[in-house]
Amino acid sequence: MNKTKERNEHPLDELLRTDRIPHIWCPGCGIGTAFSASLVAMKTSAIDLQKTVMVSGIGCSGRGAGYIKLDSYHTTHGRAIPFATGMKLANPELNVVVFSGDGDLFAIGGNHFIHAARRNIDLTVVCVNNFNYGMTGGQAAATTPCNARTTTTPRGNPETPFNLPFMAFAAGASYVARWTILHTRDLTKSVEEALLRRGFSFIEVLAPCPTSYGRRNKQKPLDTLKAYQERTVIKHACHPAEVQLDFERGITLGKFFDLERPTFLDMYDRTCRPQERIEKSEAV
Amino acid sequence: MKPAVLTGEHFITGDVACAEGALAAGCRFFAGYPITPATEVAEHMAVRLPDVGGTYIQMEDEIASMGAVLGASCAGAKSMTATSGPGFSLMMENIGLAICTETPCVVVNVQRAGPSTGLPTLAAQGDMMQARWGSHGHYEIITLAPSSPQEMFYLTITAFDLSETYRTPVLIMSDEVIGHLSERVIIPEANAIKPRSRPKPKGRKDRFKPFQPGPNGVAPMAIAGEGYGIHVTGLTHDEKGYPVMTAEAQEAMLAQLTGKIHRNLEDIIRTEAYRLEDADLVIVSYGVSARSSLAAVDEARQLGIKAGLLKLVTVWPFPEERVRALAERVKGLVTVEINLGQIHLEVQRCAAGRAPAMLVGHAGGAVIPPERIIETLRNFS
Repeated sequence: MNKTKERNEHPLDELLRTDRIPHIWCPGCGIGTAFSASLVAMKTSAIDLQKTVMVSGIGCSGRGAGYIKLDSYHTTHGRAIPFATGMKLANPELNVVVFSGDGDLFAIGGNHFIHAARRNIDLTVVCVNNFNYGMTGGQAAATTPCNARTTTTPRGNPETPFNLPFMAFAAGASYVARWTILHTRDLTKSVEEALLRRGFSFIEVLAPCPTSYGRRNKQKPLDTLKAYQERTVIKHACHPAEVQLDFERGITLGKFFDLERPTFLDMYDRTCRPQERIEKSEAV
Repeated sequence: MKPAVLTGEHFITGDVACAEGALAAGCRFFAGYPITPATEVAEHMAVRLPDVGGTYIQMEDEIASMGAVLGASCAGAKSMTATSGPGFSLMMENIGLAICTETPCVVVNVQRAGPSTGLPTLAAQGDMMQARWGSHGHYEIITLAPSSPQEMFYLTITAFDLSETYRTPVLIMSDEVIGHLSERVIIPEANAIKPRSRPKPKGRKDRFKPFQPGPNGVAPMAIAGEGYGIHVTGLTHDEKGYPVMTAEAQEAMLAQLTGKIHRNLEDIIRTEAYRLEDADLVIVSYGVSARSSLAAVDEARQLGIKAGLLKLVTVWPFPEERVRALAERVKGLVTVEINLGQIHLEVQRCAAGRAPAMLVGHAGGAVIPPERIIETLRNFS
């Protein structure tokens, strides 16, 4: 009896809403791995989980907030970052983690992403990039590779995708990394690091979407993972402008940028709060 | 450093009075985006909030402003934003999220004439139906309409009180004239203001159901970081806050969201009566138009017309019973508003043919002069 119980227990059970399992993610989907890595990192980082919040937008990855057994908010499409910004500013004690997808964070929510990075709001943003809109059945996204096939680009995508780490870096993020779900240990370590960093941290996680993206682009679930193994190069500190994301030529992974600078609240306290004004006038 | 409640007599604009009302009500978070004629609310909050331990942030647009307001509210702060027509349109989706997730917040719309960019610097009351139905889906919403800077102060406190009590967004539908008008505003002693706060959960944290209503139909609200481990979603959800994708769950959730407003109309609906006792022609108006109407009542009385005014302080939920009761006994109802007939439609619906309902309207860009109202009253009588 006891043995069965032990076997049924998952090491992350205490962080999961087990009453909501099974989850909605398809077989072969990478979101679950990215989600588990984030949960493991929350445990190993030793942050106060009671003060930790997950905020998601809409989409397959956006369902993350529904499965974590912490305070969790599943918001509107693209607006997880502004919602998280309000939370962090209203209660700076909270560790606010945004877990969402590429469509949510970079197409409909792209403007919010760059502004939160510019302001250096103290958030940890984990973006699962599966190169398409999975929940609606596989449409082209702002991350879909050029020429790739989706339901809305049946003859190939005419557009050029964003380079997400470069965008995060250029907008002012304090921490920028990219991993795949095959690099679970590196990914977990990276999320852990990001959780402990002050400022805007961004981690892109490449994940297969066999149901919607893979089958239209001759990528069986194992093919995608094979590409993650064979075509990836880990180059820490690589300049974000030079990181590659090309299934043929190569994919750059690693921690590209990690430099602390004052957060929005540091600057706000310094420039807008009254005691500072008094000190300044005394100095004069 | 000034205190949160600026007790005393002031000569300030409606926009500034609104910001002071918010501070007096305990608002400690403002996220906004500049827009005429509401910018002064944001500017005043930017100056005042850091002095009272609050935080102001100017977001990248009104969508983000509304998102940040909800995040802050879920983290425990009384939060507000202020905007005008174009920004109000952008806020609609997240206002729906606030309704669905029962997140208290206050949204001020200092109305200007539309559609689109319209007349940015001139008054209108053309967003009244958008206030009622602007976000998708069926819902109830509380909307207040101030007609002076003094009311901007008091009604902003009321807006927070209702928002916290019923866990719902409350809209303040002002307009350019009231927003920019400077008048005497009296701010009482701090201890004379008793702001209400959202109901707090009690009992075991692990058994807490974040959307299980209490006796007045409103669920106690746990905030992030308190250890309740709640899940909040804009999907149709059950009392645990978990998504349930069925027609039955949808029906139950809507019954809860609309029911908590319907069963508390006594507390929510505020109207003011002026010379109504013996009136046989009743003006129904709100906001700046109620001022023109007030002048019209007095002048009409001098002309021997028995006019009276029902001023709607709460516009939504619509004070149906009051309008119905009047329609039973008066010769006619005249709605005065700066649009081409929005609240007029509600008055007509409630009168239901028992008394004729007329409109004194205007497309926007100017206040309705009392003479136009008197002309209509004359033709009526």
